[in-house]
Amino acid sequence: MKNANMRITLLVAALGAAFPLCAQTLEVKIGHVGPLTGGIAHLGKDNENGARLAIEEANAAKIKIGGKEAKFTLVAEDDQADPKVGTTVAQKLVDQKVVGVVGHLNSGTSIPASPIYNGAGIPVISGSATNPKLTEQGFKTQFRVVGRDDQQGPAIASYLATNRKPKVVAVIDDATAYGEGIANEVEKTLKAQKISVLPREKGTDKTTDWKAVLTKLRGRNPDAVFYGGMDATGGLLLKQARELGMKAVFTFGDGACTDKMKELAGTAADGMLCSQAGIPPQAADRKFTAAYKKRFKADPILYAPFTYDGANLLIEAMRKADSTDPKKYLPTLQKLSYMGATGRIQFDAKGDRKDAEMTIFSMNKGNLQPIAIIKSGKTIAYAEFIKGAGGAAAKGKK
Amino acid sequence: MDTFLQQLVNGLTAGSVYAVVALGYTMVYGIIQLINFAHGEVVMIGAMVAFTMINLLAPAGMPPLAVLLIGTGCAIPVCMLVGYSMERFAYRPLRGAPRLAPLITAIGISIILQHLALLVWSRNVLAFPQIIESETYMFGGTAITNVQIAIIAICFAMMAGLALLVYRSPLGTAMRATAQNPQVAGLMGIDTNRVIAVTFIIGAALGAVAGVLFGTYYGVAQYTMGSILGLKAFSAAVLGGIGNIPGAMLGGLLLGVVEALGAGYIGDFTDLCHYGVFAGTLDACKDDGNFVLAGSNYQDVFSFLVLILVLVFRPQGLLGERVGDRA
Repeated sequence: MKNANMRITLLVAALGAAFPLCAQTLEVKIGHVGPLTGGIAHLGKDNENGARLAIEEANAAKIKIGGKEAKFTLVAEDDQADPKVGTTVAQKLVDQKVVGVVGHLNSGTSIPASPIYNGAGIPVISGSATNPKLTEQGFKTQFRVVGRDDQQGPAIASYLATNRKPKVVAVIDDATAYGEGIANEVEKTLKAQKISVLPREKGTDKTTDWKAVLTKLRGRNPDAVFYGGMDATGGLLLKQARELGMKAVFTFGDGACTDKMKELAGTAADGMLCSQAGIPPQAADRKFTAAYKKRFKADPILYAPFTYDGANLLIEAMRKADSTDPKKYLPTLQKLSYMGATGRIQFDAKGDRKDAEMTIFSMNKGNLQPIAIIKSGKTIAYAEFIKGAGGAAAKGKK
Repeated sequence: MDTFLQQLVNGLTAGSVYAVVALGYTMVYGIIQLINFAHGEVVMIGAMVAFTMINLLAPAGMPPLAVLLIGTGCAIPVCMLVGYSMERFAYRPLRGAPRLAPLITAIGISIILQHLALLVWSRNVLAFPQIIESETYMFGGTAITNVQIAIIAICFAMMAGLALLVYRSPLGTAMRATAQNPQVAGLMGIDTNRVIAVTFIIGAALGAVAGVLFGTYYGVAQYTMGSILGLKAFSAAVLGGIGNIPGAMLGGLLLGVVEALGAGYIGDFTDLCHYGVFAGTLDACKDDGNFVLAGSNYQDVFSFLVLILVLVFRPQGLLGERVGDRA
């Protein structure tokens, strides 16, 4: 008898505690996926921090959705940059009933994960996957806030053409899907500008000895060389070219736009040009950079401003649609025009960002420095961009 | 002509490294008829140990050459130990076993060493510290760097030293005797186990130096670097006549040159637009002016093409003698 009474008391107490919570707040789970272990774990954590910051700010702002105060939680998962793990983790997030996902970091994990999210109808925004295929699959739920590789090739090529005015350019690639793809785009753009392009030379993604190829090219005396491939092979290419006495300007895509180039090529890396999708983190809205630094005691590394915007886009779409149901807020997200830390964001029909920026970097005494931003075919000097866009982004944000 | 000479210089540099690695294969084969597939991994470990030592010492402000020498000085004993251990614990118990058994063991050792290196040095491409500033000298239109000159000189010196050791010293006589007939050599008072162990150790020491040279020349080291280098050196040893020491040297140099010239000119030879029949008919020739069937990414194929051709037309190799029961 006593026991039964106790139970009832407990039940009433529990209901009493739980009920007001249900009445006033709404749990909203947003997923984030990136590699948190392995070689690029630091980039995965950077991406996660961006999304986390957006969510914490939204909680502090006490946003109301459907008359209730929304309490956002970030469900952060590790895909190890591995496509197989990527799909497992995606399914896990779907099972946990997240209403939106920011990620994944890599194209290689984003592409196989995208049909899983699409099947569950959950919107997913990548802040760093640049492979064109991601948004070419026709999934209504797939978005990205960063540029595509096929915008990057033309960007670096047209920068090279207009600023360095080469007459003859040699194009080399590493015979991978990425390297060949970006090299083809560069070649197309150069030819369209009536610049003569030498027959394509190829290596592999494991080539260490480029001297045979470079010697052959040296005989044709190109003014510039573009290499489509990663830093591990690109650094060696550059080093060996200088050893052979080649004076050409060397240009690379984002695969070789890293500090590893300086390690591998040493002083030979000075003067190289390369491109990255999106704007560099130091060009992001200063309010964001300051908040990030305050919260995580470090500067954003690479794509954190983009995942920050990604998470904010999801939240903004939910707020405008006044619903956390993916079916209801997805159309809103598609049509949203939002001023984020990386500038104005609007999606095209495929889910790609309209007028995505590309940044051109140059290696100066061992430091990769942004020198120009390319947006809708126009080249803006980096210093000017910082002045103009930084101010605009600050004003546009509430 | 400049291009041709340059390719020759490139080929000779790579070839002299192949030659030194090939010596390790050929010495072991000469003495116990074992193809030691783990030799490439010994070269890799040499490069990795030197990488670690140089990274430790370079910030201390010592002269670069001294750092490099200490790095090599640490790599050599480590590789000698690895070479000795694999002979003592993996191959010696299998002496007298069917020839397939030690061969498969060699492949196993190679995988074990590769994965040990993976655990110690990670799977990343490591930038080999470039403490020696590379300087380029131009001779006419041909560029040669101080590092290239050093590599060619060191490799030739090591080859000469090895030749002296094998053909002019009591140890060399014992090695050649063991190679000819281990039983009879044993009866003549030669400790064949010791001679075989020493052969492995010398081969490993040469491999260690080759690893450091490779790292310094290309500026990279990775745990997988031993496998392709090993296969090429093995092809070089077969090209020269496996078991034959001058053959390995010749084979290495030749292979390096064939590879450089092959990669340099294959694109031109397989460009269909150079041939009248296609030039007029192919659209690609009118649009781009070229239609290349096989480009310089086929560089690595040349080593193996050479290997196949040698095995088909001259299985005993360029300098090898036809030995009935071995070929």
